[in-house]
Amino acid sequence: MSSEKKQAELIREISGVNPLKCMKCGKCSATCPAYNEMDIKPHQFVSYVANENIEALVQSKSLWKCLSCFACVERCPRDVQPGRLIDAARQVVVRQRGGNYLKADEIPELLDPELPQQLLVSAFRRYRR
Amino acid sequence: MKYSYYPGCTLKNKAKALDVYARASAKALGFELEEIKDWQCCGGVYPLGSDEIATKLSSVRALNDAKEKQQDLVTLCSACHHVIKRVNDDMKNVEDIRTRANNYMKLDEPYAGETTVLHFLEVLRDRVGFDTVKEKVKNPLTGKKIGAYYGCLLLRPGKILEFDNPENPKIMEDFIRALGAEPVIYPYRNECCGGYISLKEKEMSGNMCGNIMESAKGFGADLLITACPLCLYNLNASTQDGLPVYYFTELLAEALGVKEEVAQV
Repeated sequence: MSSEKKQAELIREISGVNPLKCMKCGKCSATCPAYNEMDIKPHQFVSYVANENIEALVQSKSLWKCLSCFACVERCPRDVQPGRLIDAARQVVVRQRGGNYLKADEIPELLDPELPQQLLVSAFRRYRR
Repeated sequence: MKYSYYPGCTLKNKAKALDVYARASAKALGFELEEIKDWQCCGGVYPLGSDEIATKLSSVRALNDAKEKQQDLVTLCSACHHVIKRVNDDMKNVEDIRTRANNYMKLDEPYAGETTVLHFLEVLRDRVGFDTVKEKVKNPLTGKKIGAYYGCLLLRPGKILEFDNPENPKIMEDFIRALGAEPVIYPYRNECCGGYISLKEKEMSGNMCGNIMESAKGFGADLLITACPLCLYNLNASTQDGLPVYYFTELLAEALGVKEEVAQV
């Protein structure tokens, strides 16, 4: 099995999502508040997983632009849950050695006096292992 | 009435106002929040991966603690509420997660989602009743035009959160009416503030919060209320001339006439 095929399987497994249920209505992308920042848009993301085109996905900056706002999950008429797929791809990256998007050394200069603890723990969970 | 209460990390530090005004208000309304002993941080975001077990255990511990006390579990922070409510749904409905989490926990009796999780606003709506809140208001906030900022985490996914209609909610507007103020309905009230993106990309959350502020201002709001410390932080950081943002509990305490009892936070 090619490594892309394996990774696609892993993404389907971690997310628990079947991308073949997608009917390509585009509602997820239409509703995504991070759409303009993404190179691979949410509806495309689903197709990439379905087509097992994973190399491009794990390089995509969209992984770090998704806000986990669940607008796409709420509004998907087919319960494909693109946000879960994006998170699974993110997990595939950060679970690898050296895959963390946020390094602990970066933290001190990102802090300010008002910054809530919630922001740090949330970013740690989403951006690193 | 006594509830188990899960404050969460931020309410012990940067968001003390959200916590202390809720406790004082609860007392005035005749219910008690009993803080769970040795609670652990929920992690801030719900671990979406279906193979994520260890990251869900702090929620399971809190849920089980409430179960053993035979109390409902009350939350205040939108993020904690989102995480704990979703983990509870997993424990109830996802056999694989339930089995594996219980293998870690080694409880006398396995936890299977028995606890009812309530956000403080749900306690006001469903247990106390907004009519009763209204009766107990001593200083109605007459004339104030308040925009409810829901954000994402209390509402979505609606099937699991079951908080309100996720596209057209009204619980916070009803809350505002109970305090004697006038709710302002504006289109961006359930749009995302950017959440954790503001750690590394302030400009992106700044733009998003700018849209929210402009929308609320354009529809005539004088101030915004929220239940989320991160929303409050992002909204405050976004613009110089934005509307003031308060935790909903601060306004509740003010209206109930108990704000002064609370030591300055």
